[in-house]
Amino acid sequence: MKCSIASDKFRRKFAEQIEEICGERISLCYQCGKCSAGCPVTYAMDYLPSQITRFAQLGLTDKAMKSSTIWICASCQTCSVRCPRGIDLAKIMDALRILAKRKGIVPKEQIAPLFDGIFLGSIEKYGRLNELSLITKLNMASGRPFKDVSLLPIMLKKGKIKLKPQKSNPGKEVRYLMRKVEKLESK
Amino acid sequence: MMKVAYYPGCSLHSTAREYDISFQLVCRKLGIELQEIPHWVCCGSSPAHVTSHLLSIALPCKNLILAEEMGLDTVVAPCAACFNRLKIAKQEVAEDSKLKKEVEEVLGKPSAGKIEVKHPLQVIIEDVGLKKVEEMARRKLQGLRVASYYGCLLVRPPSVINFDDPEDPQSMDNLVSALGGEALPWAFKTECCGASFSLSETDIVFELSGEILNEALEAGAECILVACPLCQSNLDLRQKGIEKRRGKKFNLPILYFTELLGLALGMSMRQLGLSRHIVNPSKLLERKLAVT
Amino acid sequence: MARIGVFVCHCGTNISATVDVKKVAEIAKGFPGVKFTTDYRYMCSEPGQDLIQKMVKEHNLTRIVVAACSPSLHEKTFRTCTQNAGLNPYFFEMANIREQCSWVHDDREEATLKAIDIVKLAAAKVGKNNPLQTTFIPVEKRVLIIGGGISGIQAAIDVAFNGFETVIVEREPSIGGRMAMFDKTFPTLDCAACILTPKMVEVNQSDLIKLYTYSEVEEVSGYVGNFKVKIRRKARLVDENKCNGCGTCWQRCPVRLPSEFDMNLGKRKAIYVPFPQAVPNVPVIDQEHCLYINKKKCGICKKVCPFEAIDYEQKDEVIEEKFGAIIVATGFTMFDHSIYGEYGYGKYKNVTTGLHFERMLNSSGPTGGKIVRPSDGKEAKKVVFIQCVGSRDEARGMPYCSRLCCMYTAKQALLLKEHNPEAEAYVFYIDIRAAGKNYEEFVERVQDEYGATYLRGRVSKIFQRNGRLMVRGCDTLSGTQIEIDADLVVLATALIARPDAIKLAQMLHIPYDQNRLFTEAHPKLAPVETVTTGVFLTGACQSPKDIPDTVATASAASVKACGLLSHEKLPIDPQIARVDVEICSGCLACQEVCPFGAIEKEEIVDRVTQQKRWVAKIAPSLCNGCGACNTACRPGAIDLDGFTEEQIFGQIESLTADKGDER
Ligand SMILES: Cc1cc2nc3c(=O)[nH]c(=O)nc-3n(C[C@H](O)[C@H](O)[C@H](O)COP(=O)(O)OP(=O)(O)OC[C@H]3O[C@@H](n4cnc5c(N)ncnc54)[C@H](O)[C@@H]3O)c2cc1C
Ligand code: SF4
Ligand code: SF4
Ligand code: SF4
Ligand code: SF4
Repeated sequence: MKCSIASDKFRRKFAEQIEEICGERISLCYQCGKCSAGCPVTYAMDYLPSQITRFAQLGLTDKAMKSSTIWICASCQTCSVRCPRGIDLAKIMDALRILAKRKGIVPKEQIAPLFDGIFLGSIEKYGRLNELSLITKLNMASGRPFKDVSLLPIMLKKGKIKLKPQKSNPGKEVRYLMRKVEKLESK
Repeated sequence: MMKVAYYPGCSLHSTAREYDISFQLVCRKLGIELQEIPHWVCCGSSPAHVTSHLLSIALPCKNLILAEEMGLDTVVAPCAACFNRLKIAKQEVAEDSKLKKEVEEVLGKPSAGKIEVKHPLQVIIEDVGLKKVEEMARRKLQGLRVASYYGCLLVRPPSVINFDDPEDPQSMDNLVSALGGEALPWAFKTECCGASFSLSETDIVFELSGEILNEALEAGAECILVACPLCQSNLDLRQKGIEKRRGKKFNLPILYFTELLGLALGMSMRQLGLSRHIVNPSKLLERKLAVT
Repeated sequence: MARIGVFVCHCGTNISATVDVKKVAEIAKGFPGVKFTTDYRYMCSEPGQDLIQKMVKEHNLTRIVVAACSPSLHEKTFRTCTQNAGLNPYFFEMANIREQCSWVHDDREEATLKAIDIVKLAAAKVGKNNPLQTTFIPVEKRVLIIGGGISGIQAAIDVAFNGFETVIVEREPSIGGRMAMFDKTFPTLDCAACILTPKMVEVNQSDLIKLYTYSEVEEVSGYVGNFKVKIRRKARLVDENKCNGCGTCWQRCPVRLPSEFDMNLGKRKAIYVPFPQAVPNVPVIDQEHCLYINKKKCGICKKVCPFEAIDYEQKDEVIEEKFGAIIVATGFTMFDHSIYGEYGYGKYKNVTTGLHFERMLNSSGPTGGKIVRPSDGKEAKKVVFIQCVGSRDEARGMPYCSRLCCMYTAKQALLLKEHNPEAEAYVFYIDIRAAGKNYEEFVERVQDEYGATYLRGRVSKIFQRNGRLMVRGCDTLSGTQIEIDADLVVLATALIARPDAIKLAQMLHIPYDQNRLFTEAHPKLAPVETVTTGVFLTGACQSPKDIPDTVATASAASVKACGLLSHEKLPIDPQIARVDVEICSGCLACQEVCPFGAIEKEEIVDRVTQQKRWVAKIAPSLCNGCGACNTACRPGAIDLDGFTEEQIFGQIESLTADKGDER
């Protein structure tokens, strides 16, 4: 397929968008590849982390946002601490995920974003995380109903998860906070 | 008596009860009074910062404000992920006036600026001091071969965390040495365990945590010491699965540093909640430390 | 009354695109004293200069203003032109309407207004200029060369060839510098010793070259043509005149120590020459470790020396000599990779540097030319080279490219294969910078003929597993992460300034940059000069350079130095500070602030009281006319020729007078 890079204007705008979200400047990247060299999860990614920065630099936004890479990134910041140009690539990954979520182009097969949604739903409800409901909901949503089921008895036995959510429930305050964030961000 | 605000975070109230228990016990012994922040909320962890930058800062800030309202000047967060998010939120708000304004708008309150965020390791090493810990120890670790595993979030990014070395951290190792154990030098102290992928991308956890277990075993470890409930859970809860996949037995107990410290300070395994571990540490500890 | 001519330059379109030059010339007609104005495409061109000279005659002009570029570019040109027009060369002022106006503004109208103001300032000043006369100082016909690496050696040979005496001051016991450590050199692969040793011998044998090895420059005073230099000759404890280098002493000395020259891969004795071809071939005693010096034991070397050359009582000696010019050739040192935690904080024995590798390659080196793992001495078969360690790494405060690591790495990969065809060479690189003559071709050979595997990406981590090094890198070209288990890792560490570079720079009054590298007077047009006249730069002390570049700058610096010495006398700029001794109170506040050490105190007899008293005195050859003293002097005894208070106030008035009206 023929693939040409985006116009200057488009690229600049995209770079500004990323900088706006996470404060990082993708134009600084000189493609040394150190991030990709140290990333613990490249084996599961379709593109290297440095390639994602490159796509972003070239304005190939779809390629960047539809990659599995940004969802497989574990936010471990190995790339960020070692980047010779001082780029916090983990933050750029965040920014791309945020943009993809905003644009509604999250790939269906990715489980991490499902997890994120359910996790946030849980704290929206209870103010704190409810592990049991997280596990069950995630299993249902990702079509793996029996995943980790074998671990449940021992987790229950060892007191690692509880059947009831925690007593204190500051959910109301979190809900209020989330509404305000949404309102501000939609501006 | 030192008084600090305590932010346990979701894990210490669920999967990591024994971390909570052992940390509280150790604090009591060392003369640190923990006051749990009333009505604290989840820090948002990874799901927040990959979804909304503002949310990922506002949630920790809410907790910082709550802690500051308690009139205390330090908040301690044992979960490395919470610790990381609290630190980052504090720094970003301090450095970015626009963000600060937005956060204050969301929270309807001026953001907390003064309160210091610490990890328990910091409190023990910087505030209590290893010398005092050594003096108070009633049991020696008897050359117990320990691989200290720090993970990602306890030391990165160094410009924000400002504690210990990001590539070859030493604080837990120093603690182990002070208590008479053998702190093993190894290269995977800050490799990623898969962290938040425990439930979503479990295969990644199997792979990454498997590498860590393997490297620790190769380095001669009898157990791994951790300071984060996510690391503990990935290495402990998933260890059986990893063994099956790799066809290799590790049988490495994954201990919180507070548990080992508690044992050294004379507490029993039962008190410290060690029965909650999946990989049973009692044999090793009985044999090496003669504890019950 | 001065008759001023104003000449406005277009500088092609450099100025005229932004500044309405015609308007500037037009308005300037109305400035006080201005009798003629015009504009022209290129004032600096021959027709431009002819125009000035013609107009001086035609309009009887006595002062010239050229509104054009910066004084550093063309002040000299127009001063000479003014002189050729029959005027005192200091009856000229330059109005910089390019760098300070057209290049930095977009708005044509405002830029034009600013240009007019700049010209007005120059016209106001030039009317008050005094005629100044160039003065001359005599020249000491000797050159000091600091540093005896290949650059210092080459410079000495060139200066001597021109018939001038030179002295090389070298800190180490032998000259030779880094090059003496190498096996072969890129891109031709000639053996380093074969091309260096003859030069070292030539230096040693020349009647015109004096060698002070194991010595250091301690103090520099004076100025171009007349530098006074204190040199510390450290006690060798061996009499250079008696010793003939037989080696009996170091064969018998019982103390074995790691050899710095061999990068600690080999051993030396407490009495030693750093390497067999050392010049001079005279040992030194390492006083820190010698048994006799520390415990009054042993004394073997003295007993066995057939020439009674050992002298435990020898003391450091400080001598003072005079020089007309100084060439700085202190070279470089290597970046210390132990700040890289991801590469093991320097803890892994088998993670070495390019210099270690050079020593291993060298057949007269510590391993006899075998490439081994320092941890166990076993032959290294799989070698990973990593480029740009400490270079191009802003995050670690190392922004620049060291320029030759690409090449020496290629050379080392080739030599590895030559030493052991079975060995595997992997090179991690970001870019290959092979811009020298025949360099790209050389790299091609390394990749194609010798089969070195080049991988494009920076390495993220090195760690040890089962006694082997695991190198975690990536190849961005194929998009794959790569882990290599290596016997040996060779880091191409950056070339950096020596730790004492700043101290030396301050001693010599030469500037240095943010990387502590010495700064040339102009990056293009004066690459071996410094702003301190008479001090020149060569080699890697200025920026990373390979041997061809080093030798080229050495020859260039010597030409510059010899050029100076070929004059009986040297002219000095008369735009310098002047003390009015009648007013000077002798407080010497000026001495404190003068960055060039140009102010001394002088005793005079007061005209009124007939009492002796101290006043400040300015050494014309040292003063750079910076004016620091001028502002520091409270009674106002100091004025700066060419920038007198009258001139400056005249300028200020010219602007404020009518600006006041406007408001
Ligand atoms: C690993 C490696 C391999 C290389 N291989 C090649 C190659 O194959 N081909 C090539 O062209 N180039 C090569 N180079 C580059 C080469 O080393 C330099 O070009 C050359 O050494 C520069 O010479 P120099 O005289 O400027 O500096 P140096 O060689 O550093 O010499 C400076 C001298 O000054 C002395 N000195 C320093 N400070 C003082 C002081 N204050 N007072 C008195 N003396 C002082 C030092 O002791 C030293 O003897 C290589 C470099 C490295 C690091
Ligand atoms: S390490 Fe930094 S500069 Fe290098 S490719 Fe990755 S983001 Fe770009
Ligand atoms: S933060 Fe993401 S991209 Fe960076 S090293 Fe970790 S997993 Fe890879
Ligand atoms: S006196 Fe010193 S230098 Fe001489 S042989 Fe003995 S130890 Fe070596
Ligand atoms: S003008 Fe500058 S250089 Fe000259 S004497 Fe004054 S302070 Fe020194």
